[in-house]
Amino acid sequence: MRVAVIQFPGSNCDRDALLSLRDDLGCDSFYVWHAEKSLGDVDAVWVPGGFSYGDYLRCGAIAANAAIMSDVRRFADEGGPVIGVCNGFQVLCESGLLPGALLLNEAERFVCREVWLKPETRTGPWMANQSDLVELPVAHGEGRYICEANALQQLEENGQVAFRYVDAAGSPTQAANPNGSVNNIAGVINSAGNVLGMMPHPERATRAVLSRTDGRKVLEFLSGVRTG
Amino acid sequence: MPTVRVSVRLKPSLLDSAGRTVNDSLHGLGFAEVDGVRIGRLVEFQMDPVDEGRIRSMCERLIANPVIEDYEFEVVD
Repeated sequence: MRVAVIQFPGSNCDRDALLSLRDDLGCDSFYVWHAEKSLGDVDAVWVPGGFSYGDYLRCGAIAANAAIMSDVRRFADEGGPVIGVCNGFQVLCESGLLPGALLLNEAERFVCREVWLKPETRTGPWMANQSDLVELPVAHGEGRYICEANALQQLEENGQVAFRYVDAAGSPTQAANPNGSVNNIAGVINSAGNVLGMMPHPERATRAVLSRTDGRKVLEFLSGVRTG
Repeated sequence: MPTVRVSVRLKPSLLDSAGRTVNDSLHGLGFAEVDGVRIGRLVEFQMDPVDEGRIRSMCERLIANPVIEDYEFEVVD
């Protein structure tokens, strides 16, 4: 599977994603610079974490308007699989590809720890085969997911909540919520399910030497279809 | 050239955790009469000619995020 990893000035999880995709998931992964106009021939798009444009204005706001994002939007509109992790999630929300927004963590501090996640939908390519609880790292200062009350109700009713922060037993407790996200939401999909955004980092948990491999479960869709 | 001053604020319904921290800190300094601190953003630019429709367009597409923020603007000389 050919996966484009978008690079913005200030991206810092781009290499993590590239190597995880290439070495652990068997993808043909490559960078696409933000100023490019075309993704080229790709099967999926990865919008990585980091501090694109130094988080100026709002996290992800400038990146959402970068040249390459027009083609990412076209690709997504045509049903192409797109994933945004951490700052990439913020970029997808700012670009309107996903509903809601991400605010400063409730506790007002950067949070870097492991979290348990419960998959909450089977819609779309990313979530189709997710059923197990997974444990992944989070590392962010602005990961408090919010959306308006009506939009939140729609998200829940449409099955667009992809992952919820839970405890090791699978309960969405307050203690399990690292940032104060509404309804413990850790990730969402668009209505078609081909666009996924999440704060936790599956790409940091795909090899045993990093002590966690649950990221492979989350990214199984990418490794399952290989085009050599 | 006229100056446009845009104020961007987090919607009142949303918890402003940074504002809360400043609120607490002001209390710590003895300003006990203060409450409800909210932190916004001020964006200024020069524009000629001034066109309110284009200012609104800029605000909604980039300067503010309508999902979480309200904005207002004024034109000052």
